[in-house]
Amino acid sequence: MTAVLIAVLVLLALAALFGALLGYASDKFRVEGDPVVERIDALLPQTQCGQCGHPGCRPYAEAVAAGEIHNRCPPGGQSTADALAELLGREPLALDDDGSADAGEKKVAFIREAECIGCTKCIQACPVDAIVGAARLMHTVIEDECTGCDLCVEPCPVDCIDMLPLGERSPAGQPDGIGHSPAQRLAVTNL
Amino acid sequence: MIRHLWTRARRSESEYDFPGGVHPPAHKARSNAAPIRVGPPPDRLVLPLNMHLGAPARPRVTVGERVLKGQRIADAQGTVSTSVHASTSGTVVAIGPHPVPGTAAGDALCIVIDSDGEDRWGPLEPWPDYRRAAPTELVQRLRQAGIAGLGGAGFPSAAKTRLGEGQRVHTLIINAAECEPYITADDRLMRERAGQIAIGIDILQHLLNPSRTLIGIEDDKPEAIDALRAAMSERDCELRVVPTRYPSGGEKQLIQLLTGLEIASGTLPSQAGVVCQNVATAYAIKRAVIDGEPLISRITTVTGDAVARPGNYEVLLGTPVEQLLQHAGLDRHRLVRLLMGGPMMGFTLSDTSVPVVKISNCLIAADARELPEPPPEQACIRCGDCATVCPASLLPQQLYWHARCDQFERARQNDLIDCIECGACAYVCPSHIPLVHYYRYAKQALRAHDDEQIKADRARLRFEARQARLEREQAEKEQRRRARLEANRDRAAATSAAPDHHGGNQKKQLGRAITAYKAAQRAAATAEAQGAANAVELRQRASDLKQQADRLQGRAPQADTAPSGVVAAAPKATPTATASDQRERRLKALKSAYGRAHKQYKQAHAALQRAQRAQAEHPQSNDHNDVAGMEQRVAQLKARADQERAALDTLMEQAKSDLQQRAGKDLKTLKVEAARAEVALRRHAERLRAGRDSADTDTLRRWDAELKQLEREAHRSREALTQAVRAQGLVED
Repeated sequence: MTAVLIAVLVLLALAALFGALLGYASDKFRVEGDPVVERIDALLPQTQCGQCGHPGCRPYAEAVAAGEIHNRCPPGGQSTADALAELLGREPLALDDDGSADAGEKKVAFIREAECIGCTKCIQACPVDAIVGAARLMHTVIEDECTGCDLCVEPCPVDCIDMLPLGERSPAGQPDGIGHSPAQRLAVTNL
Repeated sequence: MIRHLWTRARRSESEYDFPGGVHPPAHKARSNAAPIRVGPPPDRLVLPLNMHLGAPARPRVTVGERVLKGQRIADAQGTVSTSVHASTSGTVVAIGPHPVPGTAAGDALCIVIDSDGEDRWGPLEPWPDYRRAAPTELVQRLRQAGIAGLGGAGFPSAAKTRLGEGQRVHTLIINAAECEPYITADDRLMRERAGQIAIGIDILQHLLNPSRTLIGIEDDKPEAIDALRAAMSERDCELRVVPTRYPSGGEKQLIQLLTGLEIASGTLPSQAGVVCQNVATAYAIKRAVIDGEPLISRITTVTGDAVARPGNYEVLLGTPVEQLLQHAGLDRHRLVRLLMGGPMMGFTLSDTSVPVVKISNCLIAADARELPEPPPEQACIRCGDCATVCPASLLPQQLYWHARCDQFERARQNDLIDCIECGACAYVCPSHIPLVHYYRYAKQALRAHDDEQIKADRARLRFEARQARLEREQAEKEQRRRARLEANRDRAAATSAAPDHHGGNQKKQLGRAITAYKAAQRAAATAEAQGAANAVELRQRASDLKQQADRLQGRAPQADTAPSGVVAAAPKATPTATASDQRERRLKALKSAYGRAHKQYKQAHAALQRAQRAQAEHPQSNDHNDVAGMEQRVAQLKARADQERAALDTLMEQAKSDLQQRAGKDLKTLKVEAARAEVALRRHAERLRAGRDSADTDTLRRWDAELKQLEREAHRSREALTQAVRAQGLVED
């Protein structure tokens, strides 16, 4: 009987000790913010296009962390959806886009400057401040900063904004795989 | 394989070694026999703005401009960059895209010069006494002379020799290894111009002040070793002969071979205190500093079975490859493959119009037997040979699998970036897999991915900055609004808290009274518009309040002492007077109410008549309801007007009866008395005026007295009337 009592007391003491330790640790090593959101945000393409239904990439990252479906980023493409699935340990899903052929193509906004009336509506719409201009003066897109979100196209009252495909720098000597030799081959071989 | 092991065993002079390496057939004897010949005089020069590694130069000439040999035609821009010079005299005919040699095929910006055939030098500025110049001046000179690494990579020498604050170079290494097959440009240069190379090394020593200088040279160039040894005999410089093994001429490999230092991944040799310069670069430095000649030519090996006169040519930069090959006796029918650079690291040229540039150390025009098409690529059998020969100690087959499967991040984790693309792995691959091309592809993809990541990060920053700005603007707006509200409240508090002896109390009361009056007036107006029964009371209250406000404005001294309330606040007066005042105001209110009601009634009546006329004219129209409604409204308004009138009459009657009671006479009697007195007075005055001439003095005096009497009476009766009327509030209209 005494042995049982001792065992119970010892276990209780241990439980109290470890409880106190855990409580202290949870307070001392508290993680500020949600690190998962940061990691999801890092995977998103940051076009800030709002096609996922959220006003930017970070809000979508927060929503995904809170349980929203992770395949709603057309600019990121299938690779982003897969990377998110891997990060979150979820089922890989097919990308949820409109299925248009040019979905994966990188684009950049272009203002036909002769037609611009300087209404500043596109400037207000741009999520990354990539359009310069002032009221009643011509506007133009900073090509390097444009994410191709096409949020500026709709507000334009004179429809002078086009989305043009970005000239892709094609990788040289891209191999197609076994049986299809790349254009440039090593000149000498041994054996 | 046996040969490979044997060579490893016999390495002697250097106590260090680098891993891996291969021994491809050298093919050097063909081109290293003949002395350096002068290249062809070009008709047209094509000078790319980016013949070096780093940022392209910025043109400083315009189309049509005459240029002299050695004239700077493009300036270095950015830290890692160097200048471009005209290789001969002539006219600039174009600045635009032109095919250039390189792994990434395509056009690049070039300056095209038509030679005038004179080959006239521009003014040169030799510095024979370079030791007086400060290192920074020398670095600037190298930059302006367009010196770039001539070994093959084309790294700007100015960027390599510019030392940071507190940076020390303990070892200067001169790379004379020339390990790649076929190439003999450095070999011939060392044999023929070792003296100038030695001076170039002196300049580098002066510039970098290293504690030791090592020259690394492969043992397959005995003549060059002898020549260098003779030139360096009296200099503080150590010649190290290393065994022939590809790629011992790689910068990191040579450093490891000579010093045992391994340059960490992602760092530059200068960070470890080592600077490595090619022997040809040292020669170019000598020419630039001592003779003042910028880098406008280089020694290029032209070799291969398809040329009749293989050998080394001193070619002006920008000379088209086509012209150089013609000069060396190209047999066009035998040419199957044309390579620029060595067979291991070089690239195939498909276009012979491309120019010779600073990195063009070799041209191989091979026939079908010499460099046959490699056999088709087969599956990797995981033999591991590639890992054995890799000089960077990587795992080539792992990299290959990752690159093939587009798993670029995995490839990066396997240090793909440290691959020097030497081609040793592809050389030994029994399945003939073009491994280097897979690596180049994967590197390009990684670079593109990194660029995208940088762009995404910038977009994120810009997005966040924009969000922050919008929030800040919102907050500022809110703050301004709050500040305005606060200011208003403060002003109100200041007004109410003002001390009494400044009359603040009165002012406050006046303000309150005015506010109350206005509110009452509004309420009365509303009530009248709605036809409410208490409209008259409200109107009366409004006029009470108005009076009070007026009095306060006039600063009646009683205002302070009097308790609140309209009646009690009236000026000192008898109760009758107070009552009469009240009745007067009530009468006034009733009159105006009646007037308004009557007017409304009249208007409604007129509208009704119009509507009735319209209905008579157009009986079909369905406005009957309206007319009926109007009739109803007219009746209502009439009733109200009548009601007002009745109330007014009642009050009037009451006032009159009060008057009679108080004065003993009714209003009419009073009026008649007053009128009679007036008439008598007037008549007497007339009689007096008429009889003034005829009557005697006594009569006149009597009449005068009578007139005065009458005047007093008339005055009295008028006074009585006025007083009575005022007493009852019956002010004359």
